[in-house]
Amino acid sequence: MTSIGTGYDLSASTYSPDGRIFQVEYANKAVENSGTAIGLRVKDGVVLAVEKIIHSKLLMPESNKRILTIDKHIGYTSSGLLADGRQLANRARDESQSSRDFYREPPTLKTIVNRLSLFIQAYTLYSSVRPFGCTSLLASVDKHGPGLYVIEPSGISLGHHGAAVGKGRQLAKTELEKLKLNELSMRQAVYEAARIIHLVHDDAKEKDFELEMSWIGAETNNIHLPVPKDLFEDADKQARDALLEDMED
Amino acid sequence: MDHHPTNWGRPRDDRVDPYGTFPIHARPRPKEDAFGDAVKHTQQPIVTGSSVIGLKYKDGVMLAADNLASYGSLARYKDVQRLHPVGTSTILGAGGDMSDFQYIQHTLDSLIIEEFTYDDGNKLGPTEIYQYLSRIMYNRRSKMNPLWNSLVVGGIKSDGESFLGYVDLLGTTYQSPTIATGFGSYIAQPLLRNAVDEHPEPLTEEEALSIIQKCMKTLFYRDARSLNKYQVAKVTAEGVTISDPIEAPTVWGFAEGIRGYGAQTQ
Repeated sequence: MTSIGTGYDLSASTYSPDGRIFQVEYANKAVENSGTAIGLRVKDGVVLAVEKIIHSKLLMPESNKRILTIDKHIGYTSSGLLADGRQLANRARDESQSSRDFYREPPTLKTIVNRLSLFIQAYTLYSSVRPFGCTSLLASVDKHGPGLYVIEPSGISLGHHGAAVGKGRQLAKTELEKLKLNELSMRQAVYEAARIIHLVHDDAKEKDFELEMSWIGAETNNIHLPVPKDLFEDADKQARDALLEDMED
Repeated sequence: MDHHPTNWGRPRDDRVDPYGTFPIHARPRPKEDAFGDAVKHTQQPIVTGSSVIGLKYKDGVMLAADNLASYGSLARYKDVQRLHPVGTSTILGAGGDMSDFQYIQHTLDSLIIEEFTYDDGNKLGPTEIYQYLSRIMYNRRSKMNPLWNSLVVGGIKSDGESFLGYVDLLGTTYQSPTIATGFGSYIAQPLLRNAVDEHPEPLTEEEALSIIQKCMKTLFYRDARSLNKYQVAKVTAEGVTISDPIEAPTVWGFAEGIRGYGAQTQ
């Protein structure tokens, strides 16, 4: 880390001589070390999946959800500092509601993503604040069809066909690239998502994890909902079996 | 004029002294809105809906309201839906000012979305919606700025029991197995009570629908602010359904003999 000791990394309001803002890069480090989150935008919907690391056996199963709902038609998940993610989700909810109050229609995903990006970007400008230590995935089906956006701590937001953030992002991205996302159905995407999360999870390094999946699209009447239990369990089981088979080979 | 000693010799507006150099913290402040006294509140409804009727029956609750929104005595809008589903087990019917009703719809929709985003498995049922609505209505009338509506809330509670309640612009509430608002409280209420109260068994869906139809038809005959085009909503264990607009068969042959309506004989 060439930045250490130079003094250019002490504040988000200071550039380094080569034009970088180290505080923002450190925020990205916080993301790189947390549980993987992926999103698949397919022809009739979007699927979100996260690898929720369980750091204590005392935690209740299915507690501390990492996939949140912003509006009826907008799903959210983040990788990085969970508390920061929750803060952003609440902000996105407020944005969505105020857009509804103003225009009396469901906001498009792009509207919310733009607003949220501006908010995140504002935290890269001042020495008195710290940039958000999380990368957000937003999924929706709005009047423009299915959408999947990623917002980084710098405030940059980009639309994706498939997205992966967090610890296992490299492997997950290569797996996503192999898929023909535009041809998959939502159901198929759920199986692929479960498979990828199981695949990228590193048993040796991390303790236990919990798979969390949600979807929105034709199957859910364009409402963001958790993947139904029977489908979830089947996808989870198939993913585990596939992993075991690979190991035997 | 503010005669408080701490304000002697000071400008009337606090904004002139933004640093608050004065030693007493609780110094009386000028009114925030200098024109507050000039604000005018709703004193009459403008575009209005007429009666809403509702009754409990065997499988749940049935509500009906016609599709008319009047502008004074003018039948201005004839395709207005005055029944609004709230969540998955509640229906709201409204008479009175239609713009206030649209505001209420938006408020309730926002509430339902907020509840949905919590994703905690909780659902707002008719009792919660009814309580929330009654607080809004009472709060607004206490500000002398009422939402000019009479509302009927119907639905199925989480324990499977059916619910039917009334709340109006004054924040008045009551619950009853039959409810009719506005002109309907004179015309339809007796018909509904005859059908429900006198009946030893709860009404079946067919019976409920037929009494609703009878009420709506009678209202159309007698209420000059009504329309022979109405919708019926029901809430059962299966959820909320709102029918397409229905017309009741009417007979007007007798009208020919009425002086001032038919051909003039005199």
